[in-house]
Amino acid sequence: MRTGCYKLFCEDEHQFEWWNHNAIKNLKVEFKRFEDVVVLSLMHPWERDARLLKKALKKGPPQYNVIVEIACTRSSDQLLGARIAYHSLFDRSIEEDIVSNIKGSERKLLVALVRAYRYEGPNVKKDTTRSEAKTLFNAIKNVDTRKVMEDDDVVNILSTRSKPHLKEVYTQYMKLSDKTITEELEVELLLKETIECLCTPQTYFTRVFDTALRDDANEGAKKALTRLIVTQEGGEMKEVAAKFEKQIEERVKGAYKDVLVGVLRKEEK
Amino acid sequence: MATIVVPKHFSIQEDAETIRKACEGWGTDEKAIIAVLGHRNAVQRKQIRQAYEDLYQEDLIKRLEKELSGDFERAVYRWILDPADRDAVLANVELRKSSDEHPVLVEIACTRSPEELLCIRRAYHARYKRSLEEEVSDKTKGETRQLLVGLVSAFRYDGEEVNTKLAKSEAEELHEAIKDKKFNHEDVIKILTTRSKMQLQATFNCYREAQGSSISKNLPIDAKEEYVATLHVAIRCLKDSKKYFEKVLRNSLKRFGTDEDAITRVILTRAEKDLKDIKELYQKRNSMPLEEAVDNCTSGDYKDMLLSLLGNEL
Repeated sequence: MRTGCYKLFCEDEHQFEWWNHNAIKNLKVEFKRFEDVVVLSLMHPWERDARLLKKALKKGPPQYNVIVEIACTRSSDQLLGARIAYHSLFDRSIEEDIVSNIKGSERKLLVALVRAYRYEGPNVKKDTTRSEAKTLFNAIKNVDTRKVMEDDDVVNILSTRSKPHLKEVYTQYMKLSDKTITEELEVELLLKETIECLCTPQTYFTRVFDTALRDDANEGAKKALTRLIVTQEGGEMKEVAAKFEKQIEERVKGAYKDVLVGVLRKEEK
Repeated sequence: MATIVVPKHFSIQEDAETIRKACEGWGTDEKAIIAVLGHRNAVQRKQIRQAYEDLYQEDLIKRLEKELSGDFERAVYRWILDPADRDAVLANVELRKSSDEHPVLVEIACTRSPEELLCIRRAYHARYKRSLEEEVSDKTKGETRQLLVGLVSAFRYDGEEVNTKLAKSEAEELHEAIKDKKFNHEDVIKILTTRSKMQLQATFNCYREAQGSSISKNLPIDAKEEYVATLHVAIRCLKDSKKYFEKVLRNSLKRFGTDEDAITRVILTRAEKDLKDIKELYQKRNSMPLEEAVDNCTSGDYKDMLLSLLGNEL
């Protein structure tokens, strides 16, 4: 076997073949990614989300977008399920853990988002969406006095309204400003991601895929690829993934690639 | 413990027929209705509704609404609903009131179990096509809104574990927040809306040990400030819900100015839960049985219904 794998082994002056360290490192990482996909896929979605939430909390601010992603892209009952699983797994509620672990300005927003149990019907009151777009507009204008994500009214709107309602608010906002809400919120990334996940999930998925498949992608970005493909059951992720399929085939290697593409294709059936 | 008395043998089919007969013709045989519905639990009542619909192609609730009236009708209507649906209706009625305070909403959010609260939120979606949190958001503002939305959205851990160190430190946080009426509401809301009930009770105990008196006694009772009033109800419900219900009954059972709404609500919502314990507390506190007070302050079929749910054989 060794004679065929010259990339992995090299001969030294004693004519002893030993592992090429870098090659080994890559192999281990590849298999770890493979393991991650398999383990995540086999878990019950509720347990999966509960564990992802716990890990994100532990890892700190760079991973808070995972909390936003789960709270905002799951259906109401899926999010509820994750909260139930969290109780069983960790003997605390997710709200308690967020409150204990996060002291900064993101806390209010994150607690509110995980608690939501949004109505899922299509009814939308247009008058309310107009006035709420105005509320957001004013909050963004006053960003020098206070961060938008610390504004109680903004947090309220984003955590209690249904997704169809919020999509309409997003549209109404464009009548008030020549930029979209997300364009105005570049400074408050977490809030921007919240609105993307709720109103324009494809934008969020596209960015995550794009970042993960770049040459300089870091570990967190690459893990996001696994997470999105395995945990997103909806059609929106699949549509975005289809655009990136060629890139995935090129950049991702080995067993990890096979299982990832397999999971992607499986859902298409 | 529950107070309703369910007979060992009965037939759902016969129950539906009995109720039908009671509604037929001129007038209504209210006693027959009470005799059946007052002695069936939530699952059985649901089955009776279904059986009635299968037999007579009519919604039993709509029929009863037509036949009955007044406090009795309201009591029967609310009694026959699924507990989660009932609480959703009670929450909605409370929110539609023009007052700024919503003690019934706090009562529901704080005395139901975490799972029950989830069912109530689901029932609210189904009935009113919006989420309970949206409704609360629309009808309240400021710190009261923060507190109420937090209370109704809470999904508290249901376990027995208590972290004593945390209880002590949060008791201190609460003390800091409420002394001098400064009310750092964010801290108070954070504690009251995320901790498990066991943890909160430990916190309230630590507060009492450290301050020498209970936290509810130290809250300034400023009738105008709805945030404080809401806080007060929340703390009392979370600390000792049975004591809270006893007080609601005590305040509502007056010869003049009986609050039928409150009496109906407490008796109906606790009859299958812990009304027996509340009865015992009532007796101790008022030196008379709850049934006697209900007998004195209410009348007619409404009274008979309540007594039935309290466990009396008519």
